[in-house]
Amino acid sequence: MTPALNIINVNKNFDGTIALDDFSLEVPRNSITGIIGPNGAGKTTLFNVITGFLPLDSGKITFNDKNVARMPSYQIMRLGVARTFQQLRLITRMTVQDNILLSFQNQAGEHLKNTFFFPGRVKEEEKRNEEKATELLSFMGIEDKASDLVEDLSYGQQKMVSLACCLASGADLLLLDEPVAGINPETIDNILSVIAKLPEGGKTVVLIEHNMDAVMQVCHTVVFMDEGKKIVEGVPESVRNDPAVLKAYLE
Amino acid sequence: MEYLLHILILIGIYIILSVSLNLVVGYSGLLSIAHAAFYGVGAYVAALLALKLHSPFLLNIICAVILSGLLGALVGIPSLRIRDDYFAIATFAFQVITFSVMNNWVSFTGGPMGLPGIPQPTIFGLEINTHYRFLSLVFVLGVIVLWVCHKIVNSPFGRVLKSIREDEIFAQAQGKNVASCKVLVFVIGAGMASVAGVMYAYYISFIDPTSFTIMESIFILSIVIIGGAGNIWGSVLAAAVLVILPEALRFLGMPSSIAANMRQIIYGALLVILMLFRPQGFIGEYAFKK
Repeated sequence: MTPALNIINVNKNFDGTIALDDFSLEVPRNSITGIIGPNGAGKTTLFNVITGFLPLDSGKITFNDKNVARMPSYQIMRLGVARTFQQLRLITRMTVQDNILLSFQNQAGEHLKNTFFFPGRVKEEEKRNEEKATELLSFMGIEDKASDLVEDLSYGQQKMVSLACCLASGADLLLLDEPVAGINPETIDNILSVIAKLPEGGKTVVLIEHNMDAVMQVCHTVVFMDEGKKIVEGVPESVRNDPAVLKAYLE
Repeated sequence: MEYLLHILILIGIYIILSVSLNLVVGYSGLLSIAHAAFYGVGAYVAALLALKLHSPFLLNIICAVILSGLLGALVGIPSLRIRDDYFAIATFAFQVITFSVMNNWVSFTGGPMGLPGIPQPTIFGLEINTHYRFLSLVFVLGVIVLWVCHKIVNSPFGRVLKSIREDEIFAQAQGKNVASCKVLVFVIGAGMASVAGVMYAYYISFIDPTSFTIMESIFILSIVIIGGAGNIWGSVLAAAVLVILPEALRFLGMPSSIAANMRQIIYGALLVILMLFRPQGFIGEYAFKK
């Protein structure tokens, strides 16, 4: 079976600083891959390059065998990629439900001709999406927050909402940038249990995380990267005990 | 009585202008200061068609909307690649260019002398020749514009617009084609502004470039901000207040030598006070929620 995401010899420079150095990675379908590494290792740059927010200098990235390098971000997302951001991005002055509704793909109501000429269809779709949003929020355990503004939620709850948005998009590949950083242990468990269930639902996950316990708990494969290079790749236990990893995390 | 009707007609025209600008500025976060340019395009297209080709009112209004919308796309497609204040400067440039064309292409637009003698419109044989009839016509067009804007901002498309205003990166990450949404809303705003221009040209029956300057754009923008960016009804209310206010100040009974200046001062002071104590405008975006 072809990998869900295949990153082949990708390079990215910022004015002479090497952010990604001949980076390659195959992400198998229905797996959870963790990316660890020190600050500035190029982890977030990797996400930005995959999702088209940063153009790559050279290399190839395929998603479901389709080359996505140099595609505009929104088109990559429409192919079935969803992501969260390290510095949480949500529409904070909208309700939780509206944020989720925004994330559904291919909405007829987003084309004005449907709003004016097929209002029934738009209304019906909107109602269906609202039900799906409620379902999703109860799956995440935050259904009581549906009509709250995102800015009124705690940081941990906001992280859950951003994960819910990724799920709402129906994407097959989820790129999660620090899904459990900076939140309380209880919410961490909650989020990890949601992530752990994703492969069963046919989803592929790549996550960046500094919390080693979390990485060990949910990931099938762990990649350690530093200075834009892949240093070690393997099952969690072996990567954790690799001398290079130990050195980086102890220093 | 005619004076009162005259004020109401002006309010109607400014409601169309400010509600359509609110769609662009308030809901989508695109700070455009070219709204008077599109207003002017509408007025000039209608006036020129009526004067030179004697074409009927309804055809003229459709032509004005289409032409203004095309101009909106022409300005919007390159300008919307840049953001925020740079976009504002690009629209400012368009505003200046439009004014220059109106002012300097004397053989076509009449230049500073303007275009006098625009005939009164006729719709299905009904001549719009009294203040009452003009008011009814403005009212109908205003209701259509309000209805369309209301539908847009409450649709899923409106939700995308708001997300673009709040966080473009997030909108892109949700698979929204930000660039095409921006151009579309800018074109719609331009088309609606031209409707107000057509009405103005037919109502006053004389147009000249001074009605469509950058100051006019800023006046419409201040209606949007004072009423509350992101709230249609705020723009309706503020359009009424800002049109009535200078008229009301006429009746303060000041010596005529200082009246004009005093009016400007009071007007300015009121705006400053309002922005200090109610920066979200008369009706802020979330006034009807919670």
